[in-house]
Amino acid sequence: MAYSYQLSFSKVRTEFFRLLPISFFVVAFGAAFGLAAVQKGLEPLQALLMSATVFAGASQFAAVDMWGSSVSLIPLMAVVFAINSRHLLMGASLYPMLRDISPGRRYGILLLLTDANWAVSAQDYQSGKRNLEVILGGGLVLWMAWIVGTWLGVYFGGLLQDPKALGLDMVLGCFLLAMALGGKKSPRILVAWTIAAVSSLAAWKWLPPNTHVVVGALAGGAIGFFWLEKASPAASEAGEERQT
Amino acid sequence: MTIETTTAGILALIAIMTLVTVVTRFGGVFLMSFVTINPRIESFINTMASSVLIAIIVPMAFSGDPGSVAALVVTAVIMLATRKPLPAIAAGIVAAGGVRYFGAAIL
Repeated sequence: MAYSYQLSFSKVRTEFFRLLPISFFVVAFGAAFGLAAVQKGLEPLQALLMSATVFAGASQFAAVDMWGSSVSLIPLMAVVFAINSRHLLMGASLYPMLRDISPGRRYGILLLLTDANWAVSAQDYQSGKRNLEVILGGGLVLWMAWIVGTWLGVYFGGLLQDPKALGLDMVLGCFLLAMALGGKKSPRILVAWTIAAVSSLAAWKWLPPNTHVVVGALAGGAIGFFWLEKASPAASEAGEERQT
Repeated sequence: MTIETTTAGILALIAIMTLVTVVTRFGGVFLMSFVTINPRIESFINTMASSVLIAIIVPMAFSGDPGSVAALVVTAVIMLATRKPLPAIAAGIVAAGGVRYFGAAIL
């Protein structure tokens, strides 16, 4: 079976450098994680191993927060799953592109799926560009930055006395917001965003912790499910590419 | 069930965390492979994708300090005005730092 999406390796390199600037901030967060991990009693190599294999910052912070002389398994798994459950939706949203590459590459690329590279790919898709290379190339630079940051944190402590005072805790939030606002806006999208905002706030207030992203995203998606736009450029372009 | 944080225990915990996270990375795509993509599903996916971002950001703004709110508001304004992400993000970070610096100086 032939797969129509050909990964361009020169584009992978371009996307690697495209996400290099944000990766410097990821180093700072990695250092904060490394410091937190050794303070909670992890060996440096264990913290590095966790960063290399888990590669999901928020859930790693939450996990080392639960660290002690012993760790309760089910609560740990529940917290890690809940925080990372947004990956389920992020991955699903890439499926129209991912189905056009072989399963080996498809799942290989997904190992590097994280917020920032996904946000770029999703935004490109909205404007009719199919970009899986950023998941691979961008993911690679983010992954390396996360490991380098953790390494600095475990051996040299936090890089900055107080990253929050410099506003560095908001880098990812501002990045994701810029990606969202850079996308296509239509009355339908604005209604979906309003519903997503209200439901995520309600979930954050009243539902169990860490469920708000999935609840808000599904509520926003429901608007798209019931309210179809006449012609979506990304969809029709994708359809044409598949036919050729 | 608890796992002692001995060396072997920690390695087991890391392995379990990795497994749970990989399930979230693979799961959505795996489930989608059983779904036929029609215009309705396509529309759901596209609306859901940008809603993920909104659902991350809005509670972040509501639970954050004035500095976080300033960062997001400034990023939004510059992004809508210029459509250039890097200046928007940079201005947002500066806004957070500035509000926190002057907020702390006043208090």
